[in-house]
Amino acid sequence: MTLTLALVQILNGLQFGLILFLIAAGLTLVFGVMDFINLAHGVQYMVGAYFVAAFTAMTGSFLYGLALALPTALAFGLLLEVLIFRHLYDRSHLDQVLATFGVIIFLNQAVKFVWGAAPLNVPIPDALSGTIEITDGMLYPVYRLVIIAVGLAVGLALYLVVNKTRLGMLVRAGASNAAMVSALGVNIRFLFTIVFGVGAMLAGFAGAMVAPILSVEPGMGDNVLILAFVVIVIGGIGSIRGAFIAALLIGLVDTLGRFFAPTLLRVLLDPATASQTGRAIAPMLIYILMAAVLFFRPSGLFPSKQ
Amino acid sequence: MSVNNFVDLDTPAAAALGVPARPGRVFVLPLVVFALFALVPLLAMQGPQSFILALVTRIMILALAAMSLDLLIGYGAMISFGHAAFVGLGAYSVAILSSHGINDGFIQLGVALAVSFLFALFTGAISLRTKGVYFIMITLAFGQMLYFLGTSLAAYGGDDGLTLASRSTLFGSKILKNDIVLYYVVFGFLLGAYLLLRGIVASRFGRVLRGIRENPVRMEAIGFAPYRYQLTAYVIAGMIAGVSGCLLANQTEFVSPAFTTWQRSGDLIFVIVLGGLGSLHGAIIGAAVFSLLADILSHYTEHWALIFGPILILVVLYARGGIGGLLGSKP
Repeated sequence: MTLTLALVQILNGLQFGLILFLIAAGLTLVFGVMDFINLAHGVQYMVGAYFVAAFTAMTGSFLYGLALALPTALAFGLLLEVLIFRHLYDRSHLDQVLATFGVIIFLNQAVKFVWGAAPLNVPIPDALSGTIEITDGMLYPVYRLVIIAVGLAVGLALYLVVNKTRLGMLVRAGASNAAMVSALGVNIRFLFTIVFGVGAMLAGFAGAMVAPILSVEPGMGDNVLILAFVVIVIGGIGSIRGAFIAALLIGLVDTLGRFFAPTLLRVLLDPATASQTGRAIAPMLIYILMAAVLFFRPSGLFPSKQ
Repeated sequence: MSVNNFVDLDTPAAAALGVPARPGRVFVLPLVVFALFALVPLLAMQGPQSFILALVTRIMILALAAMSLDLLIGYGAMISFGHAAFVGLGAYSVAILSSHGINDGFIQLGVALAVSFLFALFTGAISLRTKGVYFIMITLAFGQMLYFLGTSLAAYGGDDGLTLASRSTLFGSKILKNDIVLYYVVFGFLLGAYLLLRGIVASRFGRVLRGIRENPVRMEAIGFAPYRYQLTAYVIAGMIAGVSGCLLANQTEFVSPAFTTWQRSGDLIFVIVLGGLGSLHGAIIGAAVFSLLADILSHYTEHWALIFGPILILVVLYARGGIGGLLGSKP
């Protein structure tokens, strides 16, 4: 029984980690190439979820909703880039952090204004709403497995693009030395616009994918943003590979920690204290993990800049 | 060796490092600000007294926290995005002790200072090993860590927070129950912290800190270890923010994990950028404008953030040097 439960938790952790990866991938590349801290990346995730909720309600089909939400999220990201972010690239990190913080404040309120403060629900598409028996007596929702599969597929596709194509080569070169790439005649601004758009769309995609299993509400991107930051800091800023490994690590540690910390502590403490201490410690685990990683490797696991 | 030997005189920081061009005028603005604060309780008698007192007390508490952050960002170029954590530590020190029946203000303040000291020393020691954006994010994450700790403290209200049984007592008397007394206690702390930070900034320590802000490599080359100076500044700032948390708990008579969220840390950064970085009194002006703006806007519409967010963006994009810069107190 415990083993089955552990397997479920591992799958949940994997799914959470892959969602984090979708968000962190764009964030780490944008930062790696343009040295631009975009706090508003989390609202892109929120906006993606809202778009899919709106379009699903409009078309009556999650798939159509998703198909409409993705280009809309992309367009929205590029609009923000043109209107605001573009003016911040040459600014200090402090200015970037503050201005994008302003974007968050605005958009969190704007979705409340447009869609109301109450959480929206997106139904899971009928074809994917069942459960599947993985081992004896262990049922797991198909939709969550789909998220895992899609996350892995996107991860693989990103890996191939970044490591095997000319565009990917330029992105990697940009992340390790943007000035040099620019000096060699590459239009780094255009390259960046592509990276930014893809990153924004991936974050929107992540939001759209989780919309059926989480409630869509204002501010839903904020906590995810912090986790994505933890991911890219642990993975090393600018590194897709680092983001992937760190995202899975964070997803698993967080999910398993919440599940097992109270149980493990029961060995040392009485049940009541154990469950309370466990619940207190579990959400802190990933931050402790990050502190430990940065203590030994101040530039993360796979730093892309030398 | 003179400071000017290793900082180019034509950088904006040179004027802040050296002797100000007009020594007399530098003190005018802070003097006006503090005189105004001292007179507020008298003026408040003409209007809705308790409302004005509460608002201005909140402004001064915010200013205290923001001013300590100004030491880090404005003078040390350490962009901490987790400064609200210390406010939360101070507030929870008061609330938790109070829930166990310990209401003595001095004990609460002592515990708040000790807790802030330890947390700043521990997180600062790790965070300052990193640089630039890593520092921003690791301080952010430490702040969030404390937030989640707060939400899981079921015994002390968890998510919902904790209402104080009473304000702190001084020498056994409940004198802080009087809003005017609380006002002047907060005023005293703000003035004290301002003078302390002024002294720190003007001291050799402060000069080294600003030197590190301008060029850590050169500072190291002439024999200063940046890490130690930055960590000391981080601890000082954290402890002052802890004090502001103590006062905040007393003013609102309520604490909640929301005090430590990263949005609160962002507000603190906005306050000092709004008022003008690296001038200390800019933090006070920023706090006043920030609070009044939020207060006035929220009277007109519940969607005041729709106006507030763009104002923030516009300030960053177009008002370099903040309000302090417009008033000409900083080059």
